[in-house]
Parts: sequence; C-alpha cells; structure tokens
Amino acid sequence: MAESGQELAETGGTAQADEAQLIAALRAGDEAAFMALVERYHAALLRLALMYVPSRSVAEEVVQETWLAVLQGLARFEGRSSLKTWIFRILTNRAKTRGQREGRTIAFADLATAETSSGETSVDSDQFWPPDHPEWPNIWVSYSRSWGDMPEERLISRETNERIHAAIAALPPLQREVITLRDIEGWSSEEVCNILVITETNQRVLLHRARAKVRRELDQYLNMDRSDI
Amino acid sequence: MNRDYLTCREMVELVTEYLEGVMPPRERVIFEAHLAVCPGCTAYFEQMKQTIRLLGKLPEDSIEPEARDTLLHAFRNWKRTTTGEELV
Ligand SMILES: [Zn+2]
Repeated sequence: MAESGQELAETGGTAQADEAQLIAALRAGDEAAFMALVERYHAALLRLALMYVPSRSVAEEVVQETWLAVLQGLARFEGRSSLKTWIFRILTNRAKTRGQREGRTIAFADLATAETSSGETSVDSDQFWPPDHPEWPNIWVSYSRSWGDMPEERLISRETNERIHAAIAALPPLQREVITLRDIEGWSSEEVCNILVITETNQRVLLHRARAKVRRELDQYLNMDRSDI
Repeated sequence: MNRDYLTCREMVELVTEYLEGVMPPRERVIFEAHLAVCPGCTAYFEQMKQTIRLLGKLPEDSIEPEARDTLLHAFRNWKRTTTGEELV
C-alpha cells in the first residue's frame, strides 16, 4: 500500500488521492474538511445508530461520541479500510455496546434471515397465470405499463418523491436500510455487507425485495389514472 | 439450473441479481433471451431500472443545524487542545 498522498495520487487513482488529501486536511485541523465530512455522513450515522439503540436522544449521543472518537483516532488511522468504513465501524461498535447496555440486543444476521426467508414475491401471485395453466403457465396475465412515456417532471415531482419515501418508510428495518444505503446514498454492496455484517446474498435479497415494493408503489401511483390499456 | 428457460414468475425475482452482475453466465444468457422476447418482463425490468434511477435522484438526509453547531464546537475544542499540546 502506498504511504504518502503523493504516491497514492500516482498509483491509486483520484479517489484514493482525494481520500489521502482529506485525511491530511483533517489531521491538520481543517475545519471545512471536517464539516464537509459531517455534512456527508451525519444523517446516515444517526439513522444507523437508531437501528441499535432505543431512542433518538441516545442515537444522537452515540453519533456525537463517534465524531469525537474520529477526531481522537485520526492520528492513529492507518488507512487499512476507507475513512468512511472506519467512521461507520466506530459508530456501529459504539451503538451496539450502547444498545446492549440499554437492554436492546439486535442481531442483524437474525433480522436478515427473518426479512429474507418469508415467502414474499416481487409481484403479486395473481399477476401470473397459475403454474398448471395449459397454455401460459407462470406467464403474465397483463403487462405493466411503461413509465417511459411520462414526462420527467412527473417522475421527479414532489408527489412522486413522497410516494417513494412512504414506500421506504413502510419497509422492514433492514430492507429499508439496505435500499437507502445502496440506491439513495450510493454505497457499494461490499460496504453495506461490511457495515451491517450481513452476507452478500442476504444483502441482495433485501435490496431486491425493497426495490420491488418501491416499484409496486410507484406503478400504482403513476398508472393510477391510466386505466386505458 | 437444469432448464434452459426461465418463467416470467422467476424472471421478476432475478432482476437485482442480474443488475448486480453476479448471475452465472449461463443463466445470464437465458435471462437475456427471455427478456428479448417477453414484453411483460421487459416492462417490469424497465420499471425496476427506473425505480433505481429515481431513488438515486432523491436528496439524502441532511444534518440538523443544532447538531452541526455542536460538532463545529467540538471540532474547535479538539483543535485547540491538540495544537495547544504541539505548541507547548
Ligand atoms: Zn416474461
């Protein structure tokens, strides 16, 4: 692994160079760099903390402690993981400990099993002809209508966004967290598996089920007044 | 998978696996072949891709001003202590 920011810039591409620069700035006490980091991750840290501890005020405390631990640990940070992974791992360790002390133990592995093992399907079963249908077994009864012809303003309108948010809010906790991290905040599957300590397969199933429910909600909403097929 | 086809009912469960690029090559070929001839699955697949695109356009949650102020304070304190130590 390259040691200096200079070497990183030459060998590791810009992402790593940016990271090295950011770490150097933080260590040098660059207020803007720290606050940019806070802006970027604070809300996600708070949301994750809430999965482990029983109340928002406790979650806020844990996130606050996490940032202090980040500042105190910066000098010792060796870059074996990304800065982001390091910060979120500090958070989950602290939140877990705190949650246990508050009498709340939550094993994501168990939650993942629960949220992936039920027999839910992406599409309601009656959308397909039954498996024993003589001509069209397991084939669509009718097709979903494309949103491709809809104006972009409709697709990204406040009302549509509210529908998406409502659909996400209604998801089971891990599905909600996975789709938020992956599709809204742009994390990689590796990062998500790492922080939530779930397997790659479980992560994918959780993501798929979450996306399928958001799609269904969007389809009902967007095609609600278009029954003319 | 021993069959050389996928049903529509199976297709809808495999979209994320396909998009994540983790589907075994043989199944990938079968998935794409089905998609090429099935308007129902094509519509579903397109809607899933649109859903992902729209999710990516949502604004991320942001920090509340009070929490921001507290952290700015904490940072300035931390900086004062650490640089103080270095200067002594
Ligand atoms: Zn099909």
